Formats: sequence, structure tokens, C-alpha cells
Amino acid sequence: MTMILDVRSLSKGFTMHHLSTTMAAFDDVSFSLHAGEFLLLKGRNGAGKSTLLRTLYRSYLAASGQILFHASHGVIDLARAADVDVTYLRRTEIGFVTQFLTPRPRVSAEALVAEPLRLAGIAAPDALDQARHWLNAFGVKPALWPAYPTTFSGGEQQKVNLARALILPQRLLLLDEPTASLDVSARAALIARLAELKAAGTAMIGVFHHPGDVAELIDRTLDLTPAPIQQKDRADVVV
Amino acid sequence: MTLKSLTRAWEPMSYGFLDGSAKREIRRKMLKAIAVPGCQIPYASREVPMARGWGTGGLQISCTLIHPAMRIKVIDQGADDSVNAASIRNFLARVSGAPVTMDTLQADLIQSRHRIPEERLRADQILVLQVPNPEPLRSVQPNMSIARQMHADADYGRMWLQLYEQIVRSGRVMQGASYPSLVNGRFVMTPSPIPRWDVPKLNMAQHLTILSAGREKRLYAVPPFTRVAPLVFDDVPYRVEDHGHLTCQRSGAAGYFMNEIPQADGTSTFEVSDSELGVKTIRKAEGAPAHIGRTWYENGRLVQ
Amino acid sequence: MTLTLDTPQLVKTQPLLVARNVSKSYGAVHALRDVSAVVYPGEVLGIVGESGSGKSTFLRCLNLEETPDSGSYTLDLPDVQGNLFDLDRYARRMLCATRIGIVYQNPHLGLLMHHSSSGNVAERLLVAGERRFAVLRDKASAALDASEFPLDRMDAPPVELSGGMQQRVQLAKAIALEPALLLLDEPTTGLDVSVQALVLDTLKRLQQDRRITMVIVSHDLGVIRTLSDRVMVMRRGQVVETGLADQVFQDPQHAYTQQLVHAKL
Repeated sequence: MTMILDVRSLSKGFTMHHLSTTMAAFDDVSFSLHAGEFLLLKGRNGAGKSTLLRTLYRSYLAASGQILFHASHGVIDLARAADVDVTYLRRTEIGFVTQFLTPRPRVSAEALVAEPLRLAGIAAPDALDQARHWLNAFGVKPALWPAYPTTFSGGEQQKVNLARALILPQRLLLLDEPTASLDVSARAALIARLAELKAAGTAMIGVFHHPGDVAELIDRTLDLTPAPIQQKDRADVVV
Repeated sequence: MTLKSLTRAWEPMSYGFLDGSAKREIRRKMLKAIAVPGCQIPYASREVPMARGWGTGGLQISCTLIHPAMRIKVIDQGADDSVNAASIRNFLARVSGAPVTMDTLQADLIQSRHRIPEERLRADQILVLQVPNPEPLRSVQPNMSIARQMHADADYGRMWLQLYEQIVRSGRVMQGASYPSLVNGRFVMTPSPIPRWDVPKLNMAQHLTILSAGREKRLYAVPPFTRVAPLVFDDVPYRVEDHGHLTCQRSGAAGYFMNEIPQADGTSTFEVSDSELGVKTIRKAEGAPAHIGRTWYENGRLVQ
Repeated sequence: MTLTLDTPQLVKTQPLLVARNVSKSYGAVHALRDVSAVVYPGEVLGIVGESGSGKSTFLRCLNLEETPDSGSYTLDLPDVQGNLFDLDRYARRMLCATRIGIVYQNPHLGLLMHHSSSGNVAERLLVAGERRFAVLRDKASAALDASEFPLDRMDAPPVELSGGMQQRVQLAKAIALEPALLLLDEPTTGLDVSVQALVLDTLKRLQQDRRITMVIVSHDLGVIRTLSDRVMVMRRGQVVETGLADQVFQDPQHAYTQQLVHAKL
């Protein structure tokens, strides 16, 4: 199997200058991930599950350790990679599905979904066609496609978000509780899409409130609950 | 050897009115202007017994160039007989003893306000044009220091923009007199307020043209055989005034630049603007001896 | 915590813009101290900082309007060589007129308020040597259209237009010649919120459709976050932090950046 990700003793803490303290999030995490594998992150609230995902995505800077990503062009340490490389990988090989959509004012749902394809260099009409296909698959009513998602309900926003995040097949997909606030049919569509991407070789790391939703996809589990972390040290509420 | 033999006798006035050092300065500046066609050269601009703005720039050039054998013609808007032209002509004759003429063909030096004669000028003739405002960039750049930098950089985008704006607003270029023109492919100059009709006469002309602004203290030149191209878009051709089909009501001369004379009934009649050309046409019609030279325009069309 | 990041491994293209150790002082005031920045083709660099942080001065240096006391600035473009701060006035003007577009916060700085809007755009083309009226019209209207400016108003002078429309004219002027680098100095400051959103949307679309390399200066974190790939935080003439936009906003490293991010509504 093709190695996708090799994480070696990764640690993350947050320095809070105004409190003059450092809060540990997770410490010495190591694991590896292969193509088509699905890794579930477990651990109680505050164990650093979301923080780990964001560190892998480089939204957070790792304190120490290595994140060796086997990109199609070679191996690169995401913890220290140059910003341009990370931008490039995010556009082409690493996807991140969050719990919330960040809609932009006056950008229609379909344009928002088509954006990753546009950035990947696909022509506008093509990208829009595919965007509509996925909006439909996740159960967004056609009347809403040209509307601005700023005013959508949480559930509808999340569908748009998923369509946008999953439209372009990636090498590595990071899932941060994507099933939250989804109705049953959208959840089924999501799982079907994930299964499809997984079969095509996308490696996935996910955090789920109800892991039962994706039970059939899970290959391995990583428990992040370490003994020393206290509730008061919760770090994922910093920002 | 006596001191007297080394110095000139006292005279009440220098020859040609201007003192020797003033003339020497203007001569140097004219050479410089000829060396850099279209570039405005600053000069001191002395006092002459005439108010600034009445042709003092042209007068200083004429006073510098004049010599006793030089035949002088002075015109104002094409006319030899206007008060201003007559005064300048008399003044020049008085301070130099030079002969005067009204015939373009016989003149060696022509000082003019706002017109170029219709008869072609020859290589041995000099045209001096009076310039009220020598800076073509003034309308787009009121700061003269910056305007000078723009000339240095050949930064004429704003000039073109002005033409663009005129076409957008009025459907055609509205600039009438003082049409900005590119000299020798380098400097944009204002050809003094001559009509558009006269600008093509400067292009590759045989004669030397000196343009001088007394109030603004700037002179510039179009040397013989120098390209003078009015600024114009490739797809919007340069148009001269629509006078080609008009006939002079007094002389019968046709196909030249005309003065419009409004009539009481609301219509207009026309008179040829180059007054001496009109005079010669009348003389010729009456059978008197008159020689009309080759003109720039024939039958209302420019002849290259 | 400081963290030095490696040089790119995957992206092989040369950076378009490299500014090194740019310093500038006005008397005793250090406007810029050793400011360096690298921007890759197609990338959007956001510069944030409070008033007086030097961010606008730096942008003016990039537009060659200002010459720093020391430092170098190169653009990786054909026919463009050496430290651009060493260029003479003429070379600077030609480079800025043809390769660099700028949108100022104050439209008066970038526009001739009493000329037509299309004329403002056409001026760029005229400076670059275009002499066909029909082509000027076509290109000016295409640029205005790309900036989402209503074409039935293309000959109205900017003085008669709203602030948002004036910014669009500036933008059209800036992109008319397909610049290699687009500089934006507080492009939405002073506009009301709905107009601001429209201008941001236009910029975002240009970014997607044309992949224009941009440097945006703003004190508005929201604007920077929406448009930038990377962010540079400036304070008192110095760079305190650079990083990916989401990283700087979600995991700011420097005390000042944390303060700035936490202060945002």
C-alpha cells in the first residue's frame, strides 16, 4: 500500500502571550496512514482531536515533530514546509472538511462549490456543472443554488460546505465532524461520497461525534486521550 | 592707438533695438532650439517697447535676425494691414532700416501671429511665429515642473487622453487652433494658435520656423525638413477646417483658409484669411502684374 | 516561539516578487526596518497592521513611488532586471505603467476625477503606446466589465460615481494591461459594508479567473482573511509575523498578532 502520511512524535501547544502561559494540546503523537485508509481520531473533549487535524493541515503550527506527507511529487514535512508548498498541496492534494461553512458575502452557493475546481484550473462552465451535480447529491434544492449561503440554515450551509470540500478528489482528506447538523439523507450522501473517494485511494483522518455514522469506513482508530491532560488545559477553545 | 579707435561711437540705440548681449543670447538659444526640434528653450526675454502678449516673443527673434538687406513681412491672423501687424512692421523698419514687403514670395523674414501664409515658403525664408502659451501640457498638467519632466520622459499619455475625452464627449476632436503636434518623433509642441489648416504646412517644410513666447520666456523651432505630426489616433484621421469648398467673396480666391463674416440675415460670407493672397488674386483678375506662388493647398486640398 | 520554514520543495517556480531588507526613515522616524517579502506568481499576500505600521509605505515602495534608504526589490519578469529601486524615473514609470497595477484607498490618488471613467482606463493603454481609438474603447470597456462596472456609465466621470464604483474604475485601470502584479492599498476602507462586499467579490473573482498576483494592505482583518493566501503582520515598521492566512489568524505566534486577532469583532 502507498504510504500517504507518516506522523512522528508530533506535539502542539499554544503560547498565550497575554496570560504568559503555554497550554499543551497533544504530545508525542505518532502514526502512519496509507492510501485508501480511514483513521478515526478518538478521545474525550479537549483531547486535541480537532487541534491535531488543524496541525496536519497547517492551520496550526506544530511545536515539534514531523508530518511527512507523501505527495505525488515526493515526501514533504508539512510541519516545516514553505507556505507556498502548503498552499499548493491544499489546492491539489489535501482537503479539509470543517463543521462550518465560511460563506462569503454575495457569492452564490454554486460559485462557492465550484471554487476549488476553478482554482485547480477547470473552466467555469464545467466547474459550475459539477458544482450543481454535487449540490444536488447532497440534497440542496435547485432554487438555492444561485442564492447566497450567508442566509441559509445551518443544515443547508453544511451541505454546501460538504459539496465544496468533497468536489475535488484529494490524496488526503481531513474530516472535522462533518456529520454534525446533517439530516439523514445528506448523511447518507456524505457516507456514499466518502466511500467512493476511499475506494479511489483517498486517505482520510476523521473526528466524529457519532463514529457509528461512518462505522463501515473505519480501518483504524487513534485514541488521543492522554492521562496528564486536564480539563482546564483544554486548548481547542483558544481561538 | 587711441581709445576712440578701439571703441564704437556712441549711438542712441543699438542696431535692431536689442543690445548685443541680448541678441547673442537669443542667437544661442535659437541654435539650441534648432538642434533639439520642438524642445522649449528658456531665454531671458528683454523689455521691448510693446506690452507682453502683443508679440514681444516674435519681435525679439525678428530684432535679432534682422539686417539691412532683409525684407520683412508681418502678418496678424493672415492680414498685413491690421494695426498690430503694421506697428510691428514699422518698428522693425525703423530700428533696422530693413525694407518691408507684403508679398510672401519676396519676404526673407515673416513674423506672424496665428497664421502661416498660403504660398509655400522656401528654404531661404524664415517664419517667426508669436506664441501666447508655449506649453502644450498646461491643460493637463498645471505644474510646469512636472510638465517639464513629462517632456523629458516623452510622457504624453495625458495629451492623448485629452483627445480621447474630446471624441468621447463630442464625437470628434474639438481642438481647433494650437493643435498639439509631435516634432521629429520626440517633443510635443503647440504650433502656436494657428488653425488646423496650417499645421500640415510645417511638416517637412523647406523653411525654418522659430516659435517664441515673450511673456512665457520660451522659444522653440521646427528646422527645415523636420517631421511635424499632429497627435491623432490611427483610426480617427486628422481633419483640417472645412474651408476647401469656400470662395472669397471679395477676391474670388477659392480653396484657402477663410475668415467668416456673419451677415445681418444670419448667413455668412467668407474672405480669404491671407490678405495679400486676396490682393494678388484681385490684381491678377484685373490684368495687373501679380505673381502668385505655389500654395500648400490647391483646390482646397493639401499638396504633398 | 519562532519557527523558520524551509524553502519550497514542491513549487519549483521562482517567486515573482522578492523584497529584501527594505528600510526607510523620515528623519528620526523609522517607517520601515528591514522589511522583506516574497510573493509567488498567482499568490495573494495580505499585509496587516495598525495605522503607522509602515504597511502603506512598503506598498508605495513596491509601486516605486517611494525609494527606501536601503534594500532591494526584484520582479521575476522578462526584460526586468536588477534592483528596481535603482531604476531611473523613466524606467520606473514605464515599469509601473505596464507591469504593476495599483488601487489606492483614496480614488483621487489613482483617478482623474473629471475625465471619463473609460478615459481613466484608456490612459494606461495610451501610456503603453496604443494609438487606435476603437481598440482603446474595446479594451477599456473589457477591463471595466471585468471589474463589474456597469458599461452604460463608462463615460461618466468618477466624480459623479459612488465610492464603490470609483474603486471599480481604479481596479479596471489597474488590470487593463494585465499587470504582473496588482497592489491594493486599503481597497475597501471607507466604503459601506454592502459595497465593500461587492468590491471584495470582484477582487476574489479576478483572483480566480486571472490568477493575478496581488499584495493587499489593509487594517481590516476580515478583508485580508477573505482575500489572502498568506499574511504578513507589520508593527512599527517591522514584520512581526508571516504565515498562511488561516494559520496567522487561528494560531498567531507573536504577542502582537494575538492581540490584533483577539481584538477583532
